[in-house]
Amino acid sequence: MPEYAFHAYLFAAASAAAVFAIVDRYYDRLAQLPPLTIDGKPNYNMGPVKFATVAAMLWGIAGFTVGLYAALELAFPVLNFDLPWLSFGRIRPLHTSAVIFAFGGNVLIGTSFYVVQRTCRARLAGDLAPWFVVLGYNFFIVIAGTGYLLGITQSKEYAEPEWYADLWLTVVWVTYFLVYIGTIMRREEPHIYVANWFYLAFILTIAVLHLGNNAAIPVSLFSPKSYIVWSGVQDAMVQWWYGHNAVGFFLTAGFLAIMYYFIPKRADRPVYSYRLSIIHIWALIFLYIWAGPHHLHYTALPDWAQTLGMTFSVMLWMPSWRGMINGLMTLSGAWDKLRTDPVLRMMVVSVAFYGMATFEGPLMSVKAVNSLSHYTDWTIGHVHSGALGWVAYVSFGAIYCLVPWLWNRRELYSLKLVNWHFWISSLGIVFYISAMWVSGILQGLMWRAYTSLGFLEYSFIETVEAMHPFYLIRALGGALFLAGALIMVVNLWKTVTSVSELEAAPGVRPALAAA
Amino acid sequence: MSTYLALAHFAQTWGLVYFVTVFVSVLTYVLWPSRKSMYDAAARVPLRED
Repeated sequence: MPEYAFHAYLFAAASAAAVFAIVDRYYDRLAQLPPLTIDGKPNYNMGPVKFATVAAMLWGIAGFTVGLYAALELAFPVLNFDLPWLSFGRIRPLHTSAVIFAFGGNVLIGTSFYVVQRTCRARLAGDLAPWFVVLGYNFFIVIAGTGYLLGITQSKEYAEPEWYADLWLTVVWVTYFLVYIGTIMRREEPHIYVANWFYLAFILTIAVLHLGNNAAIPVSLFSPKSYIVWSGVQDAMVQWWYGHNAVGFFLTAGFLAIMYYFIPKRADRPVYSYRLSIIHIWALIFLYIWAGPHHLHYTALPDWAQTLGMTFSVMLWMPSWRGMINGLMTLSGAWDKLRTDPVLRMMVVSVAFYGMATFEGPLMSVKAVNSLSHYTDWTIGHVHSGALGWVAYVSFGAIYCLVPWLWNRRELYSLKLVNWHFWISSLGIVFYISAMWVSGILQGLMWRAYTSLGFLEYSFIETVEAMHPFYLIRALGGALFLAGALIMVVNLWKTVTSVSELEAAPGVRPALAAA
Repeated sequence: MSTYLALAHFAQTWGLVYFVTVFVSVLTYVLWPSRKSMYDAAARVPLRED
């Protein structure tokens, strides 16, 4: 199979490059490993963080662009040019994986490696291991993404990569966990800061979910195809146990960790209630893990399991809003900064979107509401108010903070450009989600409309035609969001390159010794 | 009683007791008055420069 052979070549090339890099690094090595501290200060290892930050922006732009293309394909199906590689079924997982796992994943790995070092006051554990994590993870992304375009998929939402990519990711992820826990174990700060608990919940749960949902047996070592050991409705249940906790632990717990570090830092205020943050994490992780069945309302899944999923989803409203209130109230005494600091504004709006999406989610998990919303664009709208408004905005905020810190710059190149980014993207999000709300509810109502004789009032194609104007508005929203992100890339590029205008500020940040 | 009913009954009763116990324990631990100063210090961890 040529597609599988292509992946084998990629693995071979990456392995050869890794061997070369390791040998080269060995000959260039210092007499001993980099010291853990220099003059009593931790000697932080920021190389992998820088790499993940750059990778996040590159994948982000790619993922947003593919998303825009997918949106345009829905409005103008001719855009798939009848090519298998451009068909919507292949483009869509490319988009979702690029934004969630490539953009979001690099943001999480980068910020987690930064936050764990700073809050533990300790150098990252391992010498090669942190590099193996960032490079290995990005190699997984390449295998996954090219696989989708070439038609390799196990057809599980958000878990499309086939068995060999899954095995590779398992090795990378276990290393990630070990580096993280190793850094915490050598901490100077006695207390483990709450952001680290959120990151740990994210890393550990994703490992468990990944193993459970990818328990597949390959047809042969020479075939990319595999079959999952679960069957029928059990498979569906495992898939959505995975799927919803990918939302709960990847897109929520991990990014809440970002919120708990970067918002206090940027606002220069302590966490509003540290106690609330501890109740927040325990309640969140105990409840989220049960919510998956709400994806399977009115299916073959037993009724009690559906009701269980719905009940836990409704209960989740509590810890979610606990987190939102904690994030927003951290600004107590610093609300004026919203006027002058667009980066902080972006992060605060992200927390507001988090509150909105986590209110909408429980609502949609209620069976009566779900009977209208399920399978419609309302779901897409809900996902994007969380993904664009919450995940992407808090990530942008964190990256806007990180880049000047990592490259030793006093500030960003231009706060004005951040402001432009903020308003253009916000407008895009509003276009996107309001179009999908209207379109989704319209679609749901059209599907369930009956004539007086008991026939369905609309054929399916009539509902598709009715969506067209909203698909155009959605594509416009996506284009604005992408435009904002491009402004961000320019701003970050100028921040790193214009040293003459913005001199490095020694003393403001700890020296990041090269090692 | 079938295995299914027995398990469902166990989950619906002792499962509830388990969750309430965990939740109350977390609340008690976190809200215990003598821990206040520790948490106030922890809330400032991100702000400290080294």
